[in-house]
Amino acid sequence: MKSRTIETRKGIRCQVREAGKGAPLVYLHGAGGPMPEEPVLERLAERFHVFAPVWPGFGEEEGEELLEDMLDFTLHGWDVIETLGLERPHLVGHSMGGMIAAEMACVNDRGLGKLALIAPAGLWIDEHPLPDMFAVTPFELPALLFADPAAGQKVLTAGLDFTDDEALTNFMIGNARRLGTAGKILFPIPNRRLSKRLYRMTRETLLVWGRQDQLIFPLYAKRWQELVPQAELHEVDGAAHMVPYEQPTEVADALLRFLG
Amino acid sequence: MKFTWFNLMPWPHLPDDFRQSHRSVWVDIPSDLYDPEEGNRVYHEYMDQLEYADSLGFDGIGVNEHHQNGYGLMPSPNIIAAGLARRTSRAAICVIGNSIALYNPPIRVAEEFAMLDVISGGRLVAGFPVGTPMDTNFCYGQIPALTRDKYYEAHDLIMKAWAESEPFAFDGKYNQLRYVNCWPKPIQKPHPPIYIPGGGSIETWDWCAEHDYNYSYLSFGGYIAGQAMLAGYWERIAKLGKDESPNRASFAQIICVAESDEQAEELFAEHMLYFFNRCLHVYPGFSDPPGYRTLKTIKAGKLNQLRSEAQKVFSNLTWGDLVDNGFVIAGSPETVRERCEHMIKTLRVGHVFGLFHMGNMPDWKTRLSTKLFAEKVMPALRDVWPDWKDDDRWWIKPYEGRVRVEETYPGAERDARADRRPPEGSL
Repeated sequence: MKSRTIETRKGIRCQVREAGKGAPLVYLHGAGGPMPEEPVLERLAERFHVFAPVWPGFGEEEGEELLEDMLDFTLHGWDVIETLGLERPHLVGHSMGGMIAAEMACVNDRGLGKLALIAPAGLWIDEHPLPDMFAVTPFELPALLFADPAAGQKVLTAGLDFTDDEALTNFMIGNARRLGTAGKILFPIPNRRLSKRLYRMTRETLLVWGRQDQLIFPLYAKRWQELVPQAELHEVDGAAHMVPYEQPTEVADALLRFLG
Repeated sequence: MKFTWFNLMPWPHLPDDFRQSHRSVWVDIPSDLYDPEEGNRVYHEYMDQLEYADSLGFDGIGVNEHHQNGYGLMPSPNIIAAGLARRTSRAAICVIGNSIALYNPPIRVAEEFAMLDVISGGRLVAGFPVGTPMDTNFCYGQIPALTRDKYYEAHDLIMKAWAESEPFAFDGKYNQLRYVNCWPKPIQKPHPPIYIPGGGSIETWDWCAEHDYNYSYLSFGGYIAGQAMLAGYWERIAKLGKDESPNRASFAQIICVAESDEQAEELFAEHMLYFFNRCLHVYPGFSDPPGYRTLKTIKAGKLNQLRSEAQKVFSNLTWGDLVDNGFVIAGSPETVRERCEHMIKTLRVGHVFGLFHMGNMPDWKTRLSTKLFAEKVMPALRDVWPDWKDDDRWWIKPYEGRVRVEETYPGAERDARADRRPPEGSL
C-alpha cells in the first residue's frame, strides 16, 4: 500500500495508507494500531479504493493531544473523509475503529455507504464485564487477543526483543502513545454512551466476530443486533479479537460479499 | 534539618502466602482480608504513634492517601489529620497529600485543607500528588492520558480559591463552577507550604521549580537508589536558575533504630521483609497504564519502580540486601546517624520523611525505634545545612495564639504518649 500525509481543517496531520480502485472504502484500525501486513485490506483493494488513515497517536505524525473525547474522535473521522474528498464511502472499523465508525454513523448516517464493524468496542453489559485491556502487561497481550497466542506474539512484536532495554523503551513509548490515546475513549470502561445514539445508525450493517474473542465476547454481538436491528452477524471460527489478522481470507470474503 | 514521622498505615495481617495466593496488594486485593473490628485497634495504635512522635519533638507528623491498598489504610488522610490536629499543638501536620485530580470538584480539597489549617492553628503542610496509577487510574477511573492535565487544572483552581477574596467563576475543562468561594480560608498566608510528592516525572521537577514548591521524592527504594533521581532534580533546578536550598527537596526513608546493629536485625528484619515481600506485591499491569507517564519521562529511562523486574528484586530481598543497598537505614543510633548524614548530604535534602513503622511492626518496637531516633540521632543531624538554617520558605508558620490541646484539655494526649514496655523477655 502506498502512503501519503494529509492535513485536516482542524490542523491534524495524518498519514493515510491507500490502495486499489473503485468505490471509496475507509478502514479504521483498532487500538493496537495499523499492522505492517494488512491482508484484509489487500483483498478489499481488489475491488475498492481503500483508504486506511493512521489514527493520531498511532503513527509518526503528532497531534493526538488535539483529540480529547469521543466527539473529537468522531469529528476527526469525518474531517479525514472530507479532506480526502470522499462521497459516501463504505466504512469498516475494527475494535476501537469499529466504535469510532459507529459514532460517525450516528452523527451523519447519510454521508456513508455500508458499514462493517469487526468486533467493535463501545458497548458494556454489566452482567458480562470485559477484561481490562489497560491492566495487562505487553507479555500477556497475545493470549488475550489471539486464538493462537504463539502466532499472535509474532504479529504483535514483529521480531522485537523485549529483553533488550532500548527495544523495550521504544516499544513502551509507542505503546504509551497508542493505548494512551485509545484510553481517552476506552478507559476505564469502553462505554461513551454509544448505545443511546445507535438508533440513528440505519445503514446496512455487518458485524464480524471471532468466536474465541476473549477481549470483547461474542455475546456482545447480540447486544449490537438488539440496538441495530438490521445488522447481520458473521461469526468466524479459529479467531479471537484479532480476527482480521487470524482469518483474513474468511473476513475478506464476508466483507466483499456484504459490500457487493 | 526537619524530620517528619510518617505512617503509611499498613494492614498488619496479610497472610504468609499472600504473594502466592493473590496477584496484588493494591486495586483488587480481596476486602475480606480486612477485619473492621481489628481495624479499630489498628487505627488507634497508628494515630497514637503519630501523636507520640509529636511529643518526642519530630518537626512533622505525616499521612498520605491510597485507595484499595493493603499497605495504606488512608483513603482519606484528612480524617486522620483532623484527629491529629485536635490532639497535638506543635508538629506540622503533613498531608502528603490529596490526589487533587480525584476530587470532584477539587474545591473540596481547598475547603478541607483550609479546615485542617484552621483547626491545627496554621500547621498544615499541603501535599498535592498527581497520584499513583493504581489509585488514580485503576481505583478512581481517571483517564491516564488526561490525568496530568486534570491535575494542573485542579491545582490552579485550589490556589486561586485560596488567593481570591471575592467569589469568581471558573470555566475549566474538567470543572465548571459559577461561584468559587472558599470558606473558610487557611490561616497560613498566602497559603500553607505546598509539597509535591513525585516518583521521578521530569515534568514534575520543572513544575515544582516554576512554582517554588517542595519536591518530595517518595519511593521505597532508599537513599542509594534515590541518588540518581535527586541528582537529576538538582540538575534541573540549577538549569532553571533557582537557588540550591536543600529545603526545596524532601526524601522518604525507612529507618530502624535499636541499641546495636545486631539488635536492629533481631527486632526489625521480619517486619521489613513483611513489607517488601507482601506489601509491595503489586500486579505489574496496574503500575504503568499507557498514557500515565509522559513520553519525555519514558524516554529518560525512568522505568517504573513497580514493574515486574523490580518486583522480582523485592520478593527475594534479605535483611542484608535491604541494609547494604540502602532500602532501610538500620542499626545503632551511631550507625543510623552516620548513614542519615550521608543520605542528607548526598541527596541534598532539608527534610526527611522517616518511615518508622513498617509492615506488621508491633507498637512497642515502633516506639523504641522512634524514641532512640528522637533522642540520639535527630539532635546530631539538626545542623547539616548551616547556610540554609534560616530558610523557612517550605515550612509552616503556625499562629501564635492558637488553641493548644495541652492547655485546653490537660492530659488528653497522655495515653498516646506513654512509653510502651516490650513484652517480657523480648529484649
